Amino acid sequence: MITNLGIGENTEWKCFSCDALLKLDKVRIDYMNGSFTVELPCCPECGMALVPEEIALGKMLEVEKLLEDK
Amino acid sequence: MDQKTLRQMEKHCIQEEAPACRSACPLHVDVRTFVLQVGKGKWNDAWKTLNKTLPFPGILGRICDHPCEDSCLRSTLGGGIRMGELEKTCVNQPKPRIRVIPIPKKSESMAVVGESLSSLVAALELLRKGYDVTLFSSLDKLGGSLWALPDETLPKDVLEKELVILHTLGLKVEKKKMGKGLLAPLQEAFSAVYLGLDSPNGARMAQEKKPLDKTFALGNDGVFAGGTCDEHGHLSPVHQSFQGRAAALSMERFTQKVSLVEGRRDEGPHPTRLFTNIEEIEPLPGVLPVHGEKGYTIDEARAEAKRCIQCQCLECLKVCPYLDYYKGYPKRYAREIYNNAAIVMGNHTANLMVNTCSLCGLCREICPENFSMADLCLDARRDLVQRDKMPPSAHEFALQDMAFSNSEPFLLARHAPNRETSRCVFFPGCQLSGSNPEHVIQTYSFLRNNWAEDTGLMLQCCAAPAHWSGNEAKTKEAMSLLEKNWQKMGEPRMILACSSCLDMFRRYLPRIDVISLWQVMDRCELPVDAAKPVDAAKNPMALHDPCTSRHDPQLQEAVRRIAATLGIPIQELEFSREKTECCGFGGLMENANPALAQKQLERRTAESDLDYLAYCAMCRESLKGAGKPTAHLLDFIFPQATVGADPAARVKTGLSDSRENRARLKRDLLDQVWNETPETGTESMLHILPEVQATLDQRRILHSDIRETIAHGEETGHKMQSQVNGHFLASHRPLMVTFWVEYSLAENGYHIYNSYCHRMQIIRENP
Repeated sequence: MITNLGIGENTEWKCFSCDALLKLDKVRIDYMNGSFTVELPCCPECGMALVPEEIALGKMLEVEKLLEDK
Repeated sequence: MDQKTLRQMEKHCIQEEAPACRSACPLHVDVRTFVLQVGKGKWNDAWKTLNKTLPFPGILGRICDHPCEDSCLRSTLGGGIRMGELEKTCVNQPKPRIRVIPIPKKSESMAVVGESLSSLVAALELLRKGYDVTLFSSLDKLGGSLWALPDETLPKDVLEKELVILHTLGLKVEKKKMGKGLLAPLQEAFSAVYLGLDSPNGARMAQEKKPLDKTFALGNDGVFAGGTCDEHGHLSPVHQSFQGRAAALSMERFTQKVSLVEGRRDEGPHPTRLFTNIEEIEPLPGVLPVHGEKGYTIDEARAEAKRCIQCQCLECLKVCPYLDYYKGYPKRYAREIYNNAAIVMGNHTANLMVNTCSLCGLCREICPENFSMADLCLDARRDLVQRDKMPPSAHEFALQDMAFSNSEPFLLARHAPNRETSRCVFFPGCQLSGSNPEHVIQTYSFLRNNWAEDTGLMLQCCAAPAHWSGNEAKTKEAMSLLEKNWQKMGEPRMILACSSCLDMFRRYLPRIDVISLWQVMDRCELPVDAAKPVDAAKNPMALHDPCTSRHDPQLQEAVRRIAATLGIPIQELEFSREKTECCGFGGLMENANPALAQKQLERRTAESDLDYLAYCAMCRESLKGAGKPTAHLLDFIFPQATVGADPAARVKTGLSDSRENRARLKRDLLDQVWNETPETGTESMLHILPEVQATLDQRRILHSDIRETIAHGEETGHKMQSQVNGHFLASHRPLMVTFWVEYSLAENGYHIYNSYCHRMQIIRENP
């Protein structure tokens, strides 16, 4: 199941080494005993994923706290 | 924590104890709730409250002799709440429909002798328990002397209506004159017998025997009696009712063959442990009914009810924003924490509560029964750590910081230059070293010149973060490192600058002889240029005692004497010495719950308009961080030209600076004191605007994290570039946290624009 983090296409950042624009792709994120598949902007060449600040400090933080209290 | 420990702990919190009015009432009417409802004009609710505990509320509500009034805490503040009048006003309002829940019938039958109040109550209680009850009366009507009361006191129609319930519940009445010879047949025919001593039949059969206290048993053969007069020969309706009720319970226990006395200590009037602070309650005279004996009007009753103090304790909540935040009280918190530990599947909802307590111990000082939230929370933390259920984010930063202090960049144990032994060792601790390394150097030099030339030095952490986090393994490990270094130094006396360190040494290494730096300085001549910024010190300052000095009056006195020597006029805060408050750092509160630590600080800083004077470096930094101009005592003993005239204005030391200061302190000490020039690597310069630095501190991101992340991005080429401004964005996950840094190249380092982090790990399944 893909958890929607509400991320749109990213137009600001591109992968420096591949010189490629990032595209939304499926990525697995893990923490403690939790594992989710989400869509994050990734480099279509090397696969490097971007976690935008608002996601890191928003939804991701919420989920981290929930998992810590499990 | 097991059930037994929980119960013992819960007992210390008295908030759920009955208020004085309720515990003085033999029937334990919930007077406090009733009066509150009357005050709000909620008559139906008030009626229902009376109905819960009063048998025949329409009768007792009119004739109760209200012993609660004398025990009311308002007695000395305008007179006790006139509960008797309020009850009358309430039962004069229309009675709401109150559902009677039918009870399954029991097979045993009970005999009740007498028609007066105690017998009626005993019969009612037994019927409500499901027994078959036969009442023996020589009179035509139930109620006895109640019928003789004037109509203004108890209208006849009310009496009649109130007694209907007995018949509804199936009471059998036998009209019969009873005498002593009839007791044996009654005992034969019934499971238990009640004799109402307030009725002629009952009194005759009792033959002047007196029932026992609590059980109201006349002997041990199933005969019980109540309805006795008081020592003045008066019958009290509320006591008659209580005795009838208590005897009914004994009759039930007798038929069930269980103990008659077990668990009945608090039946009837009893002293309460509830404490209610009335120091700030203004006297307010009772409301007199305008129409005299006709009683209160509705408005008068409400006005009288509003005088009620609504007794409760909550003393600890008044002084602790943390305890107040969770909207309960320690007894409830203890239960929540106990339940939290018992959860196998599901969310541990009390983790944050457990980790937020500053462990400062003020609640224990304030509580009339010495409830200690600190003991409760520390135990719970240890349990979480042991079961591997402690949320990693709660204390990780503090534990890593402790690990840093106990590693090569800071760790140091040296005798004084050119000395082979140390009589004493100065132990400044991490926080002072991080906050103001120059003061450590100056203090160490001062001690060698003024206390003992052979004073050595140890730079290390006292393990307080591990202790506070409940991590016993890490505490033990750090303490044994400390003990080992102390032994290497020849087991000297330790001079400690920080009261948290003192607490830790006394707690875990009691064989080590420790003394506070302030007690040492108090015995020395202070430096000649001490109190140079004395211009600032001419103004009085409010002295903040650290919470870990709570039980160290000698240390607190020494600080006050030093301040007096320096000419700093001290204002005592309302909460000082053994009642001092935490700065929000204690117990790692700020780590686990920064928002509540902020509330704690807001409360502390609002206590005085004066600048504060602290003698714990962490307190100083916390108070200053909350916007309170705060100086450290060493600021006046060793004035620093760089600080300027007002040390209270010195900016707060950030987290990165604190760590870098500690590393620099060691290098400077080796260089200046032991003439060893340590090797220093050249680090790239980070250019960070103050507002960005504030964000980094708030997110607990250190310059070392930033340097590592940039290095990773630059070495691997794994970085992104903004199409808008050309900035780079690199990420790195050294251990449990992924750091992101937005930066650009500068001439001798990097410009840092932003940094954030998360704990979730990104796994590319098909990169």
